[in-house]
Amino acid sequence: MSSTSGVATGEFAQGRPPLNPRGRRPSLHDGSGRRATLLIAPTIVLLAVVILYPVVSAVSQSFTKDAGLDPNTGMFVEGGFAGVSNYKLWLLQDCGGGAFSCPPGTLGSQFWTATGVTFLFTAVAVTLETVLGMVFALVMHRKFKGRAILRASVLVPWAIPTAITAKLWYFIFAYDGIANRLLGTEILWTGDGWAPKFAIIIADTWKTAPFMALLILAGLQVIDEGVYEAAKMDGAGAWQRFVHITLPLVKPALMVAVLFRTLDTLRMYDLPKILTGGAGDTSTLSMLVVDQVRSGFNAASALSTITFLIVFLVAFIFIKFLGANVTEQRAPKAKKAV
Amino acid sequence: MFGKSSLTRRVTFPIALAATGVLALGACGGGGDSGASSDAAGEGNSTGPITYVQGKDNSGIVQPAIDKWNAAHPDEKVTLKEQTDQADQQHDDLVQNFQAKNADYDVVSVDNIWTSEFAAKGWLQPLTGEYALDTSTLLEPTVTAETYNKTLYAAPTTSDGGLLYYRKDLVPTPPTSWEEMMSMCSIATQNGIDCYAGQYAQYEGLTVNVAEAINTAGGSILSEDGKTATLDTPEAKAGLDNLVKAFQGGQIPKQATTYQEEQGRQSFEDGKLLFLRNWPYVYSLAKTDGSSTVKETFGVAPLPGNGDGNPGASSLGGHAAGISVYSDHKKTAFEFIKFLQSEEIQRDWLTQGSAAPVISSLYDDPALVEQFPYLPQLKTSIENAVPRPVTPFYPAVTKAIQDNAFSALSGSKTTDAALSDMQEAVQNAISGGQ
Repeated sequence: MSSTSGVATGEFAQGRPPLNPRGRRPSLHDGSGRRATLLIAPTIVLLAVVILYPVVSAVSQSFTKDAGLDPNTGMFVEGGFAGVSNYKLWLLQDCGGGAFSCPPGTLGSQFWTATGVTFLFTAVAVTLETVLGMVFALVMHRKFKGRAILRASVLVPWAIPTAITAKLWYFIFAYDGIANRLLGTEILWTGDGWAPKFAIIIADTWKTAPFMALLILAGLQVIDEGVYEAAKMDGAGAWQRFVHITLPLVKPALMVAVLFRTLDTLRMYDLPKILTGGAGDTSTLSMLVVDQVRSGFNAASALSTITFLIVFLVAFIFIKFLGANVTEQRAPKAKKAV
Repeated sequence: MFGKSSLTRRVTFPIALAATGVLALGACGGGGDSGASSDAAGEGNSTGPITYVQGKDNSGIVQPAIDKWNAAHPDEKVTLKEQTDQADQQHDDLVQNFQAKNADYDVVSVDNIWTSEFAAKGWLQPLTGEYALDTSTLLEPTVTAETYNKTLYAAPTTSDGGLLYYRKDLVPTPPTSWEEMMSMCSIATQNGIDCYAGQYAQYEGLTVNVAEAINTAGGSILSEDGKTATLDTPEAKAGLDNLVKAFQGGQIPKQATTYQEEQGRQSFEDGKLLFLRNWPYVYSLAKTDGSSTVKETFGVAPLPGNGDGNPGASSLGGHAAGISVYSDHKKTAFEFIKFLQSEEIQRDWLTQGSAAPVISSLYDDPALVEQFPYLPQLKTSIENAVPRPVTPFYPAVTKAIQDNAFSALSGSKTTDAALSDMQEAVQNAISGGQ
C-alpha cells in the first residue's frame, strides 16, 4: 500500500499533525525537536544494545577465522583475519580448495541444499496452511451450535509446544507407527528420499494452520454483515460473495498472517531437528547454523548473517511488493472498492 | 547464541567500529578467549568448597555420593550443579562457562567425545605432576578415551559398551563372528522375524555403529596421532560393506535406518528380532518390562568379531570428571575425582543406578555378577572397545561419518563412494574445517 515505512518514528510523526493546527510552536511538537530526541533516546539505546550490537558483532565475527590447532602443541590458537573466506565457505562451498571443494558430509557442502529445502518447506507449508486456515476460519465464522468448542479445539495443535508436536509426529511416523498402519504402507517417514520432507510439511501444517485460521478469522470479523446482505440483494452467489467481498476485505489480515508464517517457517529449527534429525536432506538453514556453532563460531556468524539477509529480503519483498501492511490497521482503499 | 569471546575479537572494519563505539564500555568487561591458557595451571592450588557439574542425575546416584564426601570433608564441601538431560545442551553450557572462566565450575562431568575438544581449548587441568592419577586399576579403553596428546585430561567415572542381545531359545550358542551371525539369519527367516539391528538413524548412534563395524573389521577412522583420516583402506571398506550388504540382503531390515536405541529394543522385546546390538540398559528392561515377550528367552554376548577369534570392537560410551583450569580449589577437586573413581563409589553407582564401572576388578565380583549377569560380557566388550575418534574436531568428524554412512546404508551411494567422501570430509574436519 502506501509507502509508510515500518520505522516507529514514522507512526509517531503521523499521530502528531492534529495538534499542529492549534498554533503551538512547532519545534516542540513536530517530533523533530531536541526534547523529542531526548524522549526517544532510551528506546534507541535499548534497541542498539539488543538488536544492533548482536548484529554488528556477528558481522564482525564473520570476518574472523575460527580457531585452528597449533600442530606442535595440539592446542587451539586464534585464527586471525579471514577476509571473506567464511562467506566463500557457504556461498561457494569452498573448503579451501576452490569453489565446490567441500566434500559431502561437511556442513559447507550443505548450504544450498539447506537453502533449497528451507524454501521448499516454506512455499509448500505456507500455501497449505493458508488454504486450510481460510477454510477453518470460514467455518469458525459461521454461527452454529458448538462453535465455541470448535474454535477452542481447532486451536489445540497451535497451543502445543513445537518440540512436543515434533515428538508426537515422530511416533506417528515411526515404521510401525500409526501413519503406516492407517495407510497400510511401509514408508520410512524419517529415512531417506522424499518421505521425510512430506513428514515435516504435514507436521508443520497440522501445527500452524490453526494460527492462520485465527488471524484470518480476526480479519473476517471486522467485515460488515451489511455488505454481504447488500450483495445478496443484488443477486451475488456464495462464490461471488467470497471472491468479491470476503477475499479483498480479508486481504490485509491475510497478508500479515502469510508474512508471519513465512518468516517463521524460514527459521524453522525444532520440528525437523526432532522429527528427522536432518535425515534425507531435511537440514534447514537454522539447523546448519546450530551445527556449525559447535564447530566454530565465526563460520557460523557468516552463515547466520547470510540467513539474516535472506529472511530480510523475503520480508522486504512481502512488504514492498505484495502489500503486507504490518504497521497500519486501516484499509481504506479496500472499503472503497466494494 | 555467540559466546562472550566475541567481545574481545578485533573489530575489523570501520563501520562496525563506529557502530559498536557506544558499547565499547561493555566490551571491556568481557573476558575469555578460546586460546590455550596453560598459565592458569598451577594457580588455584588449594583446598576449599567446590562445585561438581554434571547432566541431570536421572538415577539419583550422584547426590548420595556427594553426601558421603561431605560427611567426611566438612571443610571441602561439594555442591552438585545439575544441567539438563540433553547432551548437546550440557556441552554448550560447559563451553559457555569455560569461556567465561567461571571459577564455580570446579569439577565437570564430560562425555568422552568432548574431552579432547576441551583439552585443546586449554580448559581442563592436565592430570600430570601433582595431579597425576593412578589408572592401573581401570579398564584401559576408558583411559585412552580421556587421553589427548599423550596427556590424561579427565578421570573416567562411568563406562559403557555395546552388547549383542540374542534369542537363546532360537540360537543356543551366540555367534562369535559377523559371518556366523549372518549365516544364522535363516533361523530368523524360518520364524518370520527380522535378523539383526543396531542404531542406524542419522544421529550419534550411527557413528557408534559404523565405527564398531569399521574397527571390528580391523580398520580405523583416524590415525593414531589423530591427524590423518584412514578410511581409504580395504579394512574400513570391509567393515562398512558388512552393514551395507546386510541391508541389501535384508538381514538388517530396511526400517533400521530409522532406528535409535529404543526402536530396536521395542522390536526385540516384541519378539520380532533375533539379534540386537544395544547398550547394557536394555538388559533389565527386557527382563522386567510388562510388554516384553522375551523375558526368559534372551541372552547376552559380546559383539561378534571378524572371525579371528576376538570379539567385536565396541564403541566406548561413558563420562569422565575433569578439573577446570579456572577452579580456585584444584587440590580438593583432585581429591574429589579420585573419590568418584574409588571402588566404593563405583560399586554404589553400579548397584544403585546400573552405571557401568571403570574399575576392572568390579566386573569379576561374584556378588555383583549375580545381580548383574551381563557384567562378564560387558567387561569383554569394554576391554575390546575402541573410543570414538579422539579429536578436538569431533562434531565435524561425527557429522562426516553420519551423513555418508547414512547414504550408503539407505542405498543412495555405493560403499566406495560413501567411504571416499567420508575420508575427504573427515580429513577436512580435522584440518580445522577451513
